[in-house]
Amino acid sequence: MKQTVLEITSNTALNKNVYKMVLKGDCTAITSCGQFVNIQIEGMYLRRPISVCDYDADSLTLVYKVVGKGTEVMSKMSSGTKLDILLGLGNGYDLSKAGEKPLLIGGGVGVPPLYNLAKKLRGEGKDVSVILGFNTKEEIFYEDEFKSLGCNVKVTTVDGSYGIKGFVTKALPESYSHFYTCGPEPMLKAIYNATTTSGQFSFEERMGCGFGACMGCSCKTVTGYKRICKDGPVLFKEEILWQK
Amino acid sequence: MAEVNTKVTLCGIELDNPVIPASGTFGFGYEFAEIYDINVLGTFSFKGTTKDPRFGNPTPRIAECTSGMINAVGLQNPGVEKVISEELPKLKKCFNKPVMANVSGFSIDEYAYTCAKIDKEEQVGWIEVNVSCPNVHGGGMAFGTSPEGAANVVRAVKAVTTKPIIVKLSPNVTDIVAIAKACEEAGADAISLINTMLGMRIDLNKRTPVIANKMGGFSGPAIFPVAVRMVYQVSHAVKIPVVGMGGVNSAEDVIEMMMAGATAVEVGAANLINPFACRDIINDLPRVMEKYKINSLKEIIGGCK
Repeated sequence: MKQTVLEITSNTALNKNVYKMVLKGDCTAITSCGQFVNIQIEGMYLRRPISVCDYDADSLTLVYKVVGKGTEVMSKMSSGTKLDILLGLGNGYDLSKAGEKPLLIGGGVGVPPLYNLAKKLRGEGKDVSVILGFNTKEEIFYEDEFKSLGCNVKVTTVDGSYGIKGFVTKALPESYSHFYTCGPEPMLKAIYNATTTSGQFSFEERMGCGFGACMGCSCKTVTGYKRICKDGPVLFKEEILWQK
Repeated sequence: MAEVNTKVTLCGIELDNPVIPASGTFGFGYEFAEIYDINVLGTFSFKGTTKDPRFGNPTPRIAECTSGMINAVGLQNPGVEKVISEELPKLKKCFNKPVMANVSGFSIDEYAYTCAKIDKEEQVGWIEVNVSCPNVHGGGMAFGTSPEGAANVVRAVKAVTTKPIIVKLSPNVTDIVAIAKACEEAGADAISLINTMLGMRIDLNKRTPVIANKMGGFSGPAIFPVAVRMVYQVSHAVKIPVVGMGGVNSAEDVIEMMMAGATAVEVGAANLINPFACRDIINDLPRVMEKYKINSLKEIIGGCK
């Protein structure tokens, strides 16, 4: 973990509620895709945890949905604004388990953390399949970005207004070596039940600190209590205990 | 910059400075030891420990507030046996000062059991007995909301321990002074206050409480004036030292708390927002002391006229 100040270079709407923010500065503290950052926002007491969509040594891309006051303030920030950010939080996805035909499944605002993962897996020459699930056509984002990486992309919409009608589980391919997913908990549960290989799930929880101190985001797992922020947000399928 | 003296003495143990991360905001120290040398601290109060391991409350456990936050963690901890066998040895590698052990319980016997065990650990300098956790039912705060209840815990704990006992009090009471006096009479070596204030937020979309446990402990800068007032009241009513806490966020806040009557000052929620908060406050103390013409922090304890 590192505390740093990054400067916004762009902040644009991808659709009605989803925004893409690009920041510049020292991002070397980010060590893996699937990690998140925790942003101090003026007027808000707690930082806001946002997953890393893409990064390199000196830039960071966040794709976030406006869900409350904090993200609403973020959506109105202009280029040149400097943000106090904690970088390199959480464990991130383990690429070593991918195999030759990894499957990436993202639901809604759970799509962004899979982008850098797809980029890395394609960089390793893997045959990457991606399923992007949304409620409706207007909510879709990043389909072309994943296609540009050379991934085999399928889009599902719950209302059938684009792509395959239904949930992401309707689009599961017959064979894949390992899967990675992020999205709303009902989707994660459905994937847990519908998949046939091992896989990695990225979870979301309301956090206090984001770096393991407050125990605000704990969950029970097969291997004991874990903090989503520090021991997660990525858990392996084999260690998940569904609570609710 | 002139040499200033930040040392204070708490129950016979000298601290390099009065800054103490509060229990529940600093774990067992190592998350922070990864990012700075925690030996710069006066000491820290470790995660509230109970006789048995506890997972705590369901999530969500955290809610945002104006200038503060609500938590309902519910005393998640590995239990006293594991704290002694696993956490303290790990802590020893990154912290070479006496640590403050924070203990909670669900019965008088549990408090006594856990304190007696912790008391034998040489790393422990003080035991902070939490009779004020708002997030567990039938324990913690149940003992701290009456003078008799608090005094009973203090007597039981004092009977089985040798180290200084600091009793951590709740602000969610009618008369905190009466409770502090009862603890002093029962043999407490110091009082620490305030624990969080009971609060609640509602999600307007869902029309449900934000926190799964409905209510939780409100902390952060918003409660600082309440804390200063209560530290002032209690320190004027008891002879034993008072450790002040509640919304402390800066070196100025530390000095204000000491002028109100605190011998040392705990910093809680600030650690969660800025992981370097305590280090930054300690680094800033000499500048602020010079600004207010303070040579030695000891001189300003209770110095508010």
